[in-house]
Amino acid sequence: MLKGHVKILAVICCLAVATLLSGCASKKETRKIITITIWHWMTDREPAFQELAKKYEAKTGVKVNFDLYAPSDAYTQKVRAAAQGQNLPDIFGILGEKRDFASFIKAGHILELTPYMEENNNCWKNSFFPKALEVNEFSQGNSYGVKPGIYGVPIDIMTIQMVYNKDLFKKLGLNPNRPPATFQELLDIGKKLKEANMQGLVSGWGELWMIDCLANNYAFNIMGKDKVLATIRGEVPYTDPDWIKVFALFKDLREAGVLATGIITMVNKTAEQLFANEKAVFAFNGSWCANVYKGMNPNLNYGVMLPPKASENYPMAIWGGAGSSFMVNAHSKNKEEVVKFLQWLSDSEQQAYLSEATNNLPANKNSVTKIPEILAGFARGMDFATHPNIWGVSEFPVVIEAFDKAIQSIILGEKTPEQVAAEVQRIKERELAKRRK
Amino acid sequence: MKIKSTLENYIFVLPAVLIFSIFYIIPFIEVFRLSFFEWDGILPTQVFVGLGNFKEIILEDSNWWQAMRNAGYITLIALTFQNALAFLLAWACDREIRLKNFYRMIFFIPPVLSELVVGMAWRFIINDVDGANIVNRFLIGMGLPQLVHSWLSDPKTALTTVAIIHSWKGFGWGFLIFLAGLQTIPRELYEAAHVDGANAWQSFRKITIPLMVPVMVLVAILTVLGTMQAFVLIIGLVGGELAGHTSVPVLRILAAMRGSSRFGYACAQGITFGVVLIIISFIQYRFSRKYRQA
Repeated sequence: MLKGHVKILAVICCLAVATLLSGCASKKETRKIITITIWHWMTDREPAFQELAKKYEAKTGVKVNFDLYAPSDAYTQKVRAAAQGQNLPDIFGILGEKRDFASFIKAGHILELTPYMEENNNCWKNSFFPKALEVNEFSQGNSYGVKPGIYGVPIDIMTIQMVYNKDLFKKLGLNPNRPPATFQELLDIGKKLKEANMQGLVSGWGELWMIDCLANNYAFNIMGKDKVLATIRGEVPYTDPDWIKVFALFKDLREAGVLATGIITMVNKTAEQLFANEKAVFAFNGSWCANVYKGMNPNLNYGVMLPPKASENYPMAIWGGAGSSFMVNAHSKNKEEVVKFLQWLSDSEQQAYLSEATNNLPANKNSVTKIPEILAGFARGMDFATHPNIWGVSEFPVVIEAFDKAIQSIILGEKTPEQVAAEVQRIKERELAKRRK
Repeated sequence: MKIKSTLENYIFVLPAVLIFSIFYIIPFIEVFRLSFFEWDGILPTQVFVGLGNFKEIILEDSNWWQAMRNAGYITLIALTFQNALAFLLAWACDREIRLKNFYRMIFFIPPVLSELVVGMAWRFIINDVDGANIVNRFLIGMGLPQLVHSWLSDPKTALTTVAIIHSWKGFGWGFLIFLAGLQTIPRELYEAAHVDGANAWQSFRKITIPLMVPVMVLVAILTVLGTMQAFVLIIGLVGGELAGHTSVPVLRILAAMRGSSRFGYACAQGITFGVVLIIISFIQYRFSRKYRQA
């Protein structure tokens, strides 16, 4: 009886020792495996990212975890909370304005990538479209007080333009290969839209930033970049006749019947559904829409156009540049491995794969060899691209909000361009006074 | 021995005290502290501005007070329309009617649905864009094409539409509480009143209403607190603030945090809003006590 107990005890002891040893062995092994964690918000790119992670692990043995946090609002909050708690992952993206990006850098969360970019005769740096890199760059004497350098890696590029439905153009008796080139031509189409009882322009103007985007495009067209930046610096008031002209364009759009019903309560997803389902003739959207429309309606027959110019004074501008970028956590334990991975991810082969799989424009200029015509249309817009993140100055957020709401009020028919210009300027002066204090 | 026993008692409550402190008291103190600072939520430096944020909210931020007015309007509709509906339905279900359990279940479906889902579903029902929305079609079918309207994108109707949908979504909670309250009223009172010759209306006025006042006050307090803080439904329905016409305090707090990156200001807005809600609740509580004493 006792012998039996001793045997059982011996077996248990052996098993325990074996388990402990095996545990130690496996622990020792796992210690060698490097894991890179990436947080992102790009739902449409998740499968492609996972595929690339597998490929990279097979090639280098480095495990890459892409963690998706969507929607983008939730992602932004997560990244901010993680920054406050010093829990950022190895790689992350920042959604927001240049000011937020600068704060992350000044708080010491982001690694400067200039030395890596400039290695081997600027090899990595030169592989990108310059405008894609500009968004991630801080120049000498920038107003944010950030040490000059490159702080992010562009993953793709985007431009925000207008798209039009060619089939609906035919129904309206318009030439499907000749979209409106001037603002007046666009307003004239409004009459045809009313007669045909069709919806005109859809866009996510319930999300204020898209209104801001189109208004700034026209501000560049009417008064030029220098005057726009002078306004931001507080040297030109929003009550200037040129700004009133910009505000008045939205009144004209409303009165001509170009804007779809309910556009100012529309989220961009709804606008995309309406355009993809051929219920609207025009949409104002970013190049990411090519993938969205393809998913919603593969047979959609549409073309890309610049917003029609309202003035001959200055060239039309559109927002464009890096669509999404990744930053390296300055406190990452595997900084070198992380940078190597980003170099691999932004290499032409991986960029071409990402572009093909997700219908986004690649950030690597060597990958733009074979892209669909629609994407090529968006890519051509890069020549006209600008972005608030490369202007070097930022408008006060409360002024941006007042500006965007002012345009909403014009579209609603509640206020005149002159009234809203005065209101925006009043808020601007209040903020300038605060800054002077 | 006594000390040991006391110590034991403290040890037993310690986990609860710790959890309460970590998740409620410390964050509250931090929010209170931050309300005196200008901070973007990222930089390690915070600039002390004293009462500057509160001064700005009270004296300069017209958007904030517009949001408070809008929330007050939605709350007024909820207090009247929503609670009257909840009370009437609870009263009906308390009586011996057929399928009353089925109705109880049906009435409780809207409150358990996600606000975002409700917002999107209603957006579909009264969708403004393609002219195919159910409400407008119904109006045309009824021979009332003059009433066809862009309910959510017209500033004149947007807030009322939001308030009505909010009431539809929220009446189930009041219904349940009212029903529970009605079931506590002894049936003997109604029988005695009936014997004394009281009709249904007199029984309702003289028995049901007075005995339900404490429940009504409770429902009113919950309605005010719940409605003033509503915002997800508005995002689902309107997508945002519609040039300020559908803005509510929580949307303004979110705008300060996310849009303007002003965490300190958002904290000050949160504190101001909390104080307003506490004052309203206190007034309602005092009113209820006074009524009970009377």
